[in-house]
Amino acid sequence: MSQLNVAIDTVGVADATPDEKQPWLELGLKEDEYQRIREILGRRPTQSELAMYSIMWSEHCSYKSSRVHLRQFGEKNPKTPRLLAGIGENAGVVAIDENLAVTFKVESHNHPSYVEPKQGAATGVGGIIRDIIAMGARPIAVMDSLRFGAIDHPDTARVLPGVVDGIGHYGNCVGLPNIGGETYFDPCYQGNPLVNALSVGVLPRSRLQSMQASGVGNTVILMGAKTGRDGIGGVSVLASATFSETGEGDARPSVQVGDPFTEKLLIEVCLELFDAGLVVGVQDLGGAGLTCALSETAAAGDGGMHVDLERVPLRAKGMEPHDILASESQERMLLIVDPAKAEEVLARSRRWGLLATEIGTVTDSGRLVIDFHGQTVVDVPPKSLADEGPVYHRPIAEPNDLALIAVDRAETLPRPTTDEEIRQTVLDMAASPNLCDKSWITEQYDSSVFGNTVLGTPHDAGVVRLDETTGVGIAISLDGNGRFARLDPYTGAQLALAEAYRNVAVTGATPIAISDCLNFGSPEDPHVMWQFERAVTGIADGAQKLGIPVTGGNVSFYNQTGRDAIHPTPVIGVLGVIDDVHRRIPLGLGKTGDTIALIGETREELSGSEWASVKHGHLGGVPPVVDLDHEMKLAELLSRMAETEQLAGAHDLSEGGLAQALVEAICHSGLGAQVLLPEGADPFTYLFSESSGRVLVVIPRGQELAVRTACEQRALPITPLGVADANTDGLHLRDHFDIGRDELEASWKGRIGALLGE
Amino acid sequence: MSARVGVVTFPGSLDDRDAARAVRLAGGEPVGLWHDDAALGRVDAVFLPGGFSYGDALRCGAIARFSQVMDTVKAAAAQGMPVLGVCNGFQVLCESHLLPGALVRNAHLRYRNRPARLRVETSRTAWTRLYQPGSEVVFPAKHGEGRYVADEAVLDELEANGRVVFRYLDNPNGSMRDIAGVTNEAGNVVGLMPHPEHAVDELTGPSTDGLGIVASVLAHLTGAVDTSGVSR
Repeated sequence: MSQLNVAIDTVGVADATPDEKQPWLELGLKEDEYQRIREILGRRPTQSELAMYSIMWSEHCSYKSSRVHLRQFGEKNPKTPRLLAGIGENAGVVAIDENLAVTFKVESHNHPSYVEPKQGAATGVGGIIRDIIAMGARPIAVMDSLRFGAIDHPDTARVLPGVVDGIGHYGNCVGLPNIGGETYFDPCYQGNPLVNALSVGVLPRSRLQSMQASGVGNTVILMGAKTGRDGIGGVSVLASATFSETGEGDARPSVQVGDPFTEKLLIEVCLELFDAGLVVGVQDLGGAGLTCALSETAAAGDGGMHVDLERVPLRAKGMEPHDILASESQERMLLIVDPAKAEEVLARSRRWGLLATEIGTVTDSGRLVIDFHGQTVVDVPPKSLADEGPVYHRPIAEPNDLALIAVDRAETLPRPTTDEEIRQTVLDMAASPNLCDKSWITEQYDSSVFGNTVLGTPHDAGVVRLDETTGVGIAISLDGNGRFARLDPYTGAQLALAEAYRNVAVTGATPIAISDCLNFGSPEDPHVMWQFERAVTGIADGAQKLGIPVTGGNVSFYNQTGRDAIHPTPVIGVLGVIDDVHRRIPLGLGKTGDTIALIGETREELSGSEWASVKHGHLGGVPPVVDLDHEMKLAELLSRMAETEQLAGAHDLSEGGLAQALVEAICHSGLGAQVLLPEGADPFTYLFSESSGRVLVVIPRGQELAVRTACEQRALPITPLGVADANTDGLHLRDHFDIGRDELEASWKGRIGALLGE
Repeated sequence: MSARVGVVTFPGSLDDRDAARAVRLAGGEPVGLWHDDAALGRVDAVFLPGGFSYGDALRCGAIARFSQVMDTVKAAAAQGMPVLGVCNGFQVLCESHLLPGALVRNAHLRYRNRPARLRVETSRTAWTRLYQPGSEVVFPAKHGEGRYVADEAVLDELEANGRVVFRYLDNPNGSMRDIAGVTNEAGNVVGLMPHPEHAVDELTGPSTDGLGIVASVLAHLTGAVDTSGVSR
């Protein structure tokens, strides 16, 4: 390949031209940050170095606004021997048994998915999968948590189908089942949709990989796709700034383009190399591309690395060194290997038709030195990029409107009173965008590839078998509720944590670990920082109380357009383990004659509820009470009931309350439900309150007493509500009303396509 | 000695492990075959699994047709070796002209994943001989390019000669004449879009109806049942 004609800004040139004006501001750096770079280097940075610092010190890579708060996770995390790798790694790793471990993580790809929905969402899935591979695991499933603006807004018809197509296309082609997730609509996400993707992988504990570039003389190999111009500026510009209100400028070139076929090859080749013991260190290339992978591996290892950048295979002509370093081309991994094994690594890649190229060497120089055609363009201490970025203590201020919002309670809103009005409310709620059937979306995802999906959509949690011999498996749920977090970010974050925890528990699994994706507005707004601090504290306190660690996650700031920020939206993933997946508890109504009962207490808690939103467009008051002691007892009970096979079905109560849980259980089973509300209960409150910590259970005949006793022993309130019955058509609410199955399904099903105008 | 069923892995194959599991659960011995290797390793039958071979470049199955392994598979199929193609495997068989017709974009233009109710139209193939003709099975159907199309004359010929193997009861993709799967003249090569290998275990699938596919070919190979139905 011929050398470029343009003059390259080398370290020598930088030394000779100290006063050259540099575009640090355009690259998103602050003046004091630029001055610090000059101090670190003792000269002005080269163009390539400036690009690298601007990327690594961006909000997205450095967590400079969030870091001081995220420390709480480390400080408050309960100590558990299960945790094999935690925060700071590509993904947290938890032990399942003596041999197996699981790694999982949830990450956002919000901004790219608004700019270019299909590719933005697709590459979000691709990125999180590579984090899983980098830990030495085989990815075994994905999940997605999506939030869009109002469903009838014209732009939602652009964004939603594209996002779903992107997630489906990438996941389906790379061969991973999508085992669950959530989709919500709220006008606050209109210009800032949230696309959070989770992936989970399994590994033998002995295969755990590290990102260290250790072993002086070891070879640095770049594997996977060629490097192109796509995604340049992705993290520093797109993910670390607010969309302008005028929408000027086209950010589409900052979005990467995904190729799931190459990703599939990467998975197979990497696992083959790990199994053969050919890899010393590994790091995925995601946001920030080579810049991030080189500086992080060098910083984590023996401290030095030499790279010959012209060896990087390119897919575009005329790329300059800073372009190559900043490119976010997808489907690439960086490997550190013993030089004696390098040829075997290259040969195994070739066998799969995957490109792999030696691009450098591990050194003990303490410097990351990058040459381009023999000229040094980068010479920096790698820790200054990876670990020593700026840390901000952003101003924090409680929003002024919070007290006003707190007294504007939804409990005071006009309610349906007659049986006919309540009946119609059940149907209207079932047909509302957030509660209606999501098959239009989930049918576009493969759910069964690998043949290990035991429970998928629409169950409360996805359940995957890990081992066909022992039957051991995992359950995962992904939950968030922006409205509750807007009312009170501390409680809202804990409600999301409690719901994910409970969703895992209702399948019979025992929750063991947390991953979080923290979606917020601009950190430069003190009110947003207050929300962030409160939410992080809520999660950290909650994790401590529940006794399960936060193992990693992701922060997404700048989800706002102009001054309008999204609701604070912490999305929580909880992972559980189930010893034998044959004993999982499904959704549904069991058999005719089985008892339907409610565990937990129903209070008059309507603020932030789906009903208040759908029927009144109202958001005010304080969110439901969280009781984590109760959640722990409930989870322990459900796990015990699964072991002894004393439940035929279980379903978490969340948005829409008991009414929606009954609708879903009926629609998912072939049976009807005869329900009698407890004496004295107000039917509306009982049906639509969103009190936390409640589970609808289905008890097989003959087990009623045992289940009741088990609840009483744990001081868990249990209320029998009725029976499952094949001869009942849909929902029979005694003394109040009937809704036939056809009418229920007509309301609940087919809404998404219809609302999108199809 | 159980029969050896080769499962081909192309770059981009996704259901190769699942196909191997189905073979094992039905009592066969799965043998991994590599796309770039002409050797069939003494297998008695071949299973082309689902996935996105070669990234669906050009057209689904279009590149796989030119792979080393397909040269051998074509020759073996001509000698009567049972060959099954599921989903992408069916697309490969059509591209390779081992089966007539083509699979094109679903009529509704989207990838769709639903359990598909199918009617088994014939037991006169190596892969369906243990099913009752007219019986109903449920396999997951999940694809974006699964709409079966062919000339009217070809369709008439398939119908006339009993070569439609599976028909959708709720056509999910706009396939002509609700065709979900077809066979060649000799009945040893069968392709279908829905996934029998994902219907082998109550725990993970909508049914266990898929076990009959591999069980049929094992019966065919061991001659456990009358084979007169196959060679017509």
